[in-house]
Amino acid sequence: MVASIKPVAPHDVALSVRDLTVNLPKGMERAHAVENISFDLKRGQILCVIGESGSGKSVTANAIMGLLPKVIHVSSGAIHLDGTNIVDMPQDKLRSLRGRVVSMIFQDPLSALNPLMTVGAQIDEVMAAHGVGTPKSRRGRAIELLTEVGLPDPELMYHQYPFRLSGGQRQRVMIAMALALEPTILIADEPTTALDVTTQAQILELIREIQRRKGMSVMFITHDFGVVAEIADSVVVMEKGHIVEQGSAQQVLKSPGHPYTRRLIAAVPHLTGEDRVPLETADKDPILKVEGLMKTYRSGSSLFSAQRVVPAVNEVSFDLAPGRTLGVVGESGSGKSSLGRLLIKLLDSDGGGILFEGRDIAKLSEAEFRPLRPRVQMIFQDPFASLNPRSTIGHILTVGPVAHGTPGAQAREEAKALLTHVGLDAGAFDRFPHEFSGGQRQRIGIARALMFKPKLLIADEAVSALDVSIQAQILQLLDQIQRETGVSMIFITHDLRVASQICDEIAVMQKGRIVERGPPSQIFLDPQSAYTRELVAAIPGEQPGTTRPVAANG
Amino acid sequence: MRGFLLNRLSQSLILLLIVSVIGFLVLNLLPGGPLAQFGLDPGMTQDDLERLKEQLGLNRPLLIQYFDWAWRLLQGDWGHSFRDGAPVLAVIGRHVPATLLLMGTSTAIAIAIGTWIGIRGATHRYSVFDYMATVGAMVALSIPTFWFGLVGIYIFSLQLGWLPAGNMYTIGDGSVLNYLHHLIMPSIVLSLVHVAIWSRYMRTATLDAISQDFVKTARAKGLSERRVIMKHVVGNALLPMITLAGVQLPSILTGALVTETVFTWPGMGRLFLDSLGYSDYPVVMGLLMFSAILVILGNLIADIAVAIVDPRIRLG
Repeated sequence: MVASIKPVAPHDVALSVRDLTVNLPKGMERAHAVENISFDLKRGQILCVIGESGSGKSVTANAIMGLLPKVIHVSSGAIHLDGTNIVDMPQDKLRSLRGRVVSMIFQDPLSALNPLMTVGAQIDEVMAAHGVGTPKSRRGRAIELLTEVGLPDPELMYHQYPFRLSGGQRQRVMIAMALALEPTILIADEPTTALDVTTQAQILELIREIQRRKGMSVMFITHDFGVVAEIADSVVVMEKGHIVEQGSAQQVLKSPGHPYTRRLIAAVPHLTGEDRVPLETADKDPILKVEGLMKTYRSGSSLFSAQRVVPAVNEVSFDLAPGRTLGVVGESGSGKSSLGRLLIKLLDSDGGGILFEGRDIAKLSEAEFRPLRPRVQMIFQDPFASLNPRSTIGHILTVGPVAHGTPGAQAREEAKALLTHVGLDAGAFDRFPHEFSGGQRQRIGIARALMFKPKLLIADEAVSALDVSIQAQILQLLDQIQRETGVSMIFITHDLRVASQICDEIAVMQKGRIVERGPPSQIFLDPQSAYTRELVAAIPGEQPGTTRPVAANG
Repeated sequence: MRGFLLNRLSQSLILLLIVSVIGFLVLNLLPGGPLAQFGLDPGMTQDDLERLKEQLGLNRPLLIQYFDWAWRLLQGDWGHSFRDGAPVLAVIGRHVPATLLLMGTSTAIAIAIGTWIGIRGATHRYSVFDYMATVGAMVALSIPTFWFGLVGIYIFSLQLGWLPAGNMYTIGDGSVLNYLHHLIMPSIVLSLVHVAIWSRYMRTATLDAISQDFVKTARAKGLSERRVIMKHVVGNALLPMITLAGVQLPSILTGALVTETVFTWPGMGRLFLDSLGYSDYPVVMGLLMFSAILVILGNLIADIAVAIVDPRIRLG
């Protein structure tokens, strides 16, 4: 369904897409990447294009940039940039528009800058490519831009190589580069997805501020309704190559018309200030007690150069009751993943104790810990990389228990039962990982962990790589499993909203330390530490305790 | 950077030590021993041989011989050839320029042509050019260098008469042009296999670089396709190739040995074969050490070059 678009005077519209269809190569799951889509980006507005993976939102952006891969091309429709149709425009004319009339910033700032060129040279290059200015004037302009995007010490930054910069700083450089020639339109393809929440908040703020100051038109691609609520003037919702709904941000967020939009909004994890009803368990003794755990990374050590010392986990202490879930949240580099790996002894700790069922496992050797391994299991972040592509699901599930002494036939029976339990078909047993979607693979990952009947599950960013609707399903599954088996869980995530959904208690980590620990109600409604307050405030799209946009309609 | 250099240098020295020990031991364990050649002389009596042995210090324990040899080596005394008593360094020195000239020219040809083929193959993937380059590389890799040399001599020297069949220059004519004329065929023959290897690696490295996000950024900036490829893709693709150049050095050196024999090129390869045939151990040992130093130096230079080109290593 394509909502009707009110005719607007052409000079009001910076970008107009009409009946755009982009073909996919033969043999793909569908014939068109996008089919018959039409939308307008009004001058001086921010248009959010939202959809899950495979919805065609990035293809649309690339089509507008004239940057589609060779095998994919526009088969019909028109894209009017400032009044000129760019479909079928010759390459060199299109090239002269890129970077000058329409600029783009990308998702992953870590790989979007050339590692061998200085920041200054990369900004200079945009202007030089379009024959603007002299080397001297360009240099001045580049430093001006670096100042404008809020980078510290622009003179120094000009000569810096990208690897010296943090993710947020690199994204600022990307923005500076995109703004160099004051383009009419800025396309931002998930520019904050790879960033921490506080950095995300800063970058969103920067984009909005620059957009207002320059009256630029921004097409902002995202999968996160929280981000939409933060910055969008109008919204286009895409599903499998079609636009299912579009309208003003107010209208789409408050009264979504299409069931898919409603589903998407409902699936967005919302910050709950409510505590979870704790699971009743017979055993009250903590299953896991961590005391003063330490891990320090040392790098660059050699005969002739100094060592770099990074305390990744610093004096961390907590305990976890049976059947409870502890969330560990923090930004990248906070030490949350290192903590997870210490607990399952994939890393050796430097100090402190890990008492698992009363026994200190921190000091056990690998051989001594091996019999305990089945009882502590891990669910990994990337469902694509964590399953061996050459093994059948059956093999992935049974190889561990069989190695630990379960008879093969019994393991196979259990595996089939578990597959049904986690919401897959028992027929999945003989198939290979590539035959499954991301969400299904994560179910397989969960089944694999459950094969050992563990007492403790460590989930490291277990839903971060998944679309929101799938995320919700997996969280539900984890909750259900905990209620059935009474397993304890440590849920490591960077996403406070997700943590608030599933955790009894949340520990906030910063620079290797736990700065605050408490139930979600405390963390979100009454945070005690300044850092927690900062984190909570940075969550896009909501304030804890306010009404959820979809509550009335969902 | 200084730490890195010192580290590399100390590793190189240890490596040289190991090479010298192994080389020395293996050579001395060969049947016949250093004196076999003298034994062939009908005028030599057993007493003469014993005397010679004592003179050359060959009756001492192997370990002592090694340390003696190594100590002299460090002082610049690489020993004397058994053949004509000339100092080993001088003998090697006479042959080195020819080999370096051949190796240098071949390497330059291999890198220039290989890089070009690799980039074009990657930017025009699955084109006719790409397929032909692939097949051509397979052919060049699977046929031995000496065969190309012989076929080259047959066609260009014997049949067409365009190029000389061997030697580095015509006696009596020492002009640069004459040298170049002699250089053409051996350097091309030696470079063939390396063009093949280099182009294959370059194609892969280019394909790797071309799919990086920053290439998309470069296109989004409105750079011309030429600049995107030359500046952003090739720059990053060449990084791993610098290391490869260092690793390829031994293989070029070995290739030079064969090529020199085919084209009667008066270089180290010829000297090595002749000295082996004559059991001229001081020269063989000297050549071994010299090539080891050359290879290690080559790799060291490659490492330093990578560090200079890549800011992540230079400054990191």
